[in-house]
Amino acid sequence: MAVKEFSSQQQQTIDYSQVVQSASFQQLMREKRGFILPFSLFFLAFYFTLPVLTSYSTVLNTPAFGSISWAWVFAFAQFIMTWTLCMLYSKRAARFDEMVEKIKQEVKGGNV
Amino acid sequence: MHGLAFSLFLIIVALTLVITYFASKRTKTTSEFYTADSALTGWQNGLAIAGDYMSAASFLGIAGMIALVGFDGFFYSIGFLVAYLVVLYIVAEPLRNLGKYTMADMIAARFDDKKVRGVAALNTISISIFYMIAQLVGAGALIKLLLGIDYIYAVLIVGTLMTVYVVFGGMTATSWVQIVKAVLLMAGTFVISVIVFAKFDFSIVKMFNEVKTATPLKEAFLNPGNKFKNPLDTISLNLALILGTAGLPHILIRFFTVKDAPTARKSVVYATWIIGLFYVMTIFLGFGAAAFVGYDKIVAANPAGNMAAPLLAEALGGDFLFAFVSAVAFATILAVVAGLVLSAASAFAHDFYSHIIRHGQATEREQMLAARWASIGVAVLSILLALFAQKMNVAFLVALAFAVAASANLPIILLTIFWKRFNTTGAITGMLVGLISSLLLVALSPNVWAPQPGVAILVGEPIFKLANPGIVSIPLGFIAAVVGTLLSSKKADEKKFDEILVKANTGIKELTN
Repeated sequence: MAVKEFSSQQQQTIDYSQVVQSASFQQLMREKRGFILPFSLFFLAFYFTLPVLTSYSTVLNTPAFGSISWAWVFAFAQFIMTWTLCMLYSKRAARFDEMVEKIKQEVKGGNV
Repeated sequence: MHGLAFSLFLIIVALTLVITYFASKRTKTTSEFYTADSALTGWQNGLAIAGDYMSAASFLGIAGMIALVGFDGFFYSIGFLVAYLVVLYIVAEPLRNLGKYTMADMIAARFDDKKVRGVAALNTISISIFYMIAQLVGAGALIKLLLGIDYIYAVLIVGTLMTVYVVFGGMTATSWVQIVKAVLLMAGTFVISVIVFAKFDFSIVKMFNEVKTATPLKEAFLNPGNKFKNPLDTISLNLALILGTAGLPHILIRFFTVKDAPTARKSVVYATWIIGLFYVMTIFLGFGAAAFVGYDKIVAANPAGNMAAPLLAEALGGDFLFAFVSAVAFATILAVVAGLVLSAASAFAHDFYSHIIRHGQATEREQMLAARWASIGVAVLSILLALFAQKMNVAFLVALAFAVAASANLPIILLTIFWKRFNTTGAITGMLVGLISSLLLVALSPNVWAPQPGVAILVGEPIFKLANPGIVSIPLGFIAAVVGTLLSSKKADEKKFDEILVKANTGIKELTN
């Protein structure tokens, strides 16, 4: 990677450890973790519930609408879940982007 | 019938060559070759990701599987889509922020060690080559079925075209071939789905009611368990599907073609919509084929069901739709193999040649030459292997590629971004154990061994009973990475981790940014 931390032309180097300790970076990490961790656990659980249920039981084989069984309803729900979580993330990420912008300004201004 | 299909094939070849011609004029530097100068928009990259990802196996294979076994075929559609949440939430943005040309760049950003880069490149090359042989063998068989061209010539035609796109047009040509393919594939699938839906009076309930009795499976068609009978194997497959995508090198390099992490994220969001809509439509393709082509005819054309979608097109729209769908399948193969050649070639040229052999001292011109020769080398090697593998059932190669990606790449990507103590030794042991365990388990599995001759490659009782190694090899990859780290005497470089943490999450690289 073309990071010239030790090159002589570049007088200032970023002290990354200081950035990590800065309040705005800590807040970004907290908010990111608060979103990504629970939602990831949720979608993994939701995803694996389908093969576990279809493999070890036949509860999903009962009809939901006409010949459409709950297994198919659950399968479609996976699509809805994916799209929904996708949109939720992009909404939330717009906020992360703002926070990143703020951190960048602080680093540039030498405030960290 | 073949005449029309043949003309459409020629049009697609001409179109892709025109794209390559214009792309070649813009491909003078390594950054243009590997990443199209990171100039793609979110939309373009979203389409290209979709075009890179939806292989002939998912287009023809899933449609055929749903037509033959019903619900179980749809498992693939679900797994292939939900996997994009892993890509979006965890992998895409840090990867764009830390990497430059290849996946190994990202890991090397934290561990400044040639061994780490070398092993990461080895994984990339292994995965790409397994995947490519599977695609080429499929391509040969398919073009033979569709056009009546001999297997050998079919493989040579596809092999030559993919080499031309990559060598002359680099990532720019590859991306645009993928974009064109994605649009054609979505259009073709949409037209067929609408016709199928119209035949069922636009009623989902009516569609399910009618296919319920249309196949030899009768009532069981709509229930899970026709194909996947072993619960552990089913879960193992699902594990590899959802975790493998986020480790597939040809998908990962697509995030370097955009300018920053927010654009990488947008491209995943677009890709998720496109891929999701496509996989919803696989139900119409599968059910349509079951109802309007019929089990016997599908199996007669190809026992694995690969001809279900083209036959459905023929049954619904006659010669023209058949020719169109065949041409789309052809474009699909071209787009996917070009992406694979590029990912393997960049690992060879950028990681092995520029960084390890030349210690990062090669000139721009030398790097470009290396990249082009590596592309030719990868292409020739895959064509030769595909010619030998003609008679093999290669479905296991795709399973293997996903399993290696999930067991060898994903643990390292995750631990590199998230684990402070992670060190060089852990990265190397994790990658090697993930790679070797998945290779070994597949070599001992029913994919390779079967008691009856002709079913698998070798005759005998499989020692490892599962067709999908993921449930064992993915945890092994993680454990090896952790154990390797803890056993090694090297202390983790905490300053370096802080740097990676900041870079991965903000994209801050230099003060001059």
